[in-house]
Amino acid sequence: MQLKNQSTGSPLKNVSLAEKLTLATTALLGASANAQQVDAEWNYSASLLAYSEPDRVSATELIVTADKAYGDAAKLDLKVVLDSLTGASANGAIEQDNPQTFTRPSGKGQFVTAANNTPLDDTFKDTRLQIAASWTDSITEQSRYTIATNLSREYDYRSVGASGELAWDFNQKNTTLSAGLSFASDEILPEGDIPLAFSSMVIDQGQFVTEDEYWNAFDATRIAESDTVSTSELLLGWTQVINRQMLVQLNYGYADMQGYLTDPFKLLSVVDDNGQTQDLVYENRPDSRTQHSLFALTKYHFDESIFDLSYRYISDDWEMKSHTIDSHWRFMTEGGSFWEPHVRIYLQDAAEFYQPFLAQSQTTPEFASADYRIGDMSAMTVGLKYGFQLEGGERAEVRLEYYRQTPNKANQSSVSGLENIELYPEVDALILQFNYYF
Amino acid sequence: MMKKSNRSRLITITAIVFLSGCSSWGVDPWDRDLLAKPEMAINSSPLDQSIDDHIYFSKEASSGGRSFAGGGCGCN
Repeated sequence: MQLKNQSTGSPLKNVSLAEKLTLATTALLGASANAQQVDAEWNYSASLLAYSEPDRVSATELIVTADKAYGDAAKLDLKVVLDSLTGASANGAIEQDNPQTFTRPSGKGQFVTAANNTPLDDTFKDTRLQIAASWTDSITEQSRYTIATNLSREYDYRSVGASGELAWDFNQKNTTLSAGLSFASDEILPEGDIPLAFSSMVIDQGQFVTEDEYWNAFDATRIAESDTVSTSELLLGWTQVINRQMLVQLNYGYADMQGYLTDPFKLLSVVDDNGQTQDLVYENRPDSRTQHSLFALTKYHFDESIFDLSYRYISDDWEMKSHTIDSHWRFMTEGGSFWEPHVRIYLQDAAEFYQPFLAQSQTTPEFASADYRIGDMSAMTVGLKYGFQLEGGERAEVRLEYYRQTPNKANQSSVSGLENIELYPEVDALILQFNYYF
Repeated sequence: MMKKSNRSRLITITAIVFLSGCSSWGVDPWDRDLLAKPEMAINSSPLDQSIDDHIYFSKEASSGGRSFAGGGCGCN
């Protein structure tokens, strides 16, 4: 590892941003910057993301990380993430050839979706703060451990997690085996509380004589203020150096989720034989989910470029299956700069209870969701990153990506009246990101 | 049902065969010049990875695989 030169004797007024952050970080950790035996300098990185889906969600995210090595083997990593989300998200209802009125999730107020438009709930506004820390140290010369913790907090969601991992090196560190366990506990506190599965959305269309009458009807569709999800994961890894230019990684992952896995804001349209919406009901998903994943990665160092390719297969007991292929190719140029194209292809088979709407004639199933994110789909990301060195030795990167999600329409229903309706709209997103290492 | 001692013997033999198979690959410590570059690390762009994980978690039904999926977010 190449360490930066220690800057010595610099006047206080010329203290660099990195040094100021060092003082701040050590102060936060309750240690005195002067009294501490400094093994190495703190390294910092920051990332600013602008994410935008036209007419839908837009998000801004800031990440700041700090890491520091202690001796040859120990390392502390800290991360703070702040993101803010605004905009509209599909609420699961299908479009109609007449305007549709929906009650906001809080029960306070309504919004109207114009005819022949996908119903989007535009009330989303959230700010999330996440703090993560991890510590790695050696156990023996050939083995090490990592412990990590993670806290995330937003207006209607809280998550706390911890993980531990052991890694062993073999064959002159050409082979590494690892095993890790992770636990997370989430709490969801949705605006307007948790709705009763398959209860009808209460919409005030003048049928209530008093406001109390409306609220009594609304409250009758609510079952709790909050609910929880617990996630347990196992991750087994094998990393192998093949030769001077190539390495491979293979992971197997198992995840078990228990608790409230339903989206409290998502609806299903109940349609008659003519495709006309007769009712809007809240979705319902199973309260457990078990997932298996396989992940394979290879990296190859060519003379002037580095290529990586990964494949991930995920299968769960919701019958959801997915394939992800992800690849970067970094072309190094003079002066430490590089260009890196990126392609990602994602294919997903729907969860077994996914359906874009409910037919009035069918009996209500045990589970159903019209959330496009668990439907049949394919998605493609293309991106380009440019990285460059700044005069002071700091590095910066700019990344621009375009994401397009295309639902698979093969299972389009034959209900008359819905032939011309766009049940599965496409989703586009633009991602602009700036990374700075100092 | 396999006896416990047989099972642990099988696991031990499999592990030895696997690791000795792996030993035909690899490089000597002085040939690690390219592998030691930060950009050849398994996760060489953790900032991008963190952002991608968040975006795809909130748009698709899959997460994890490369690393722990961890707890969720109230992604709508």
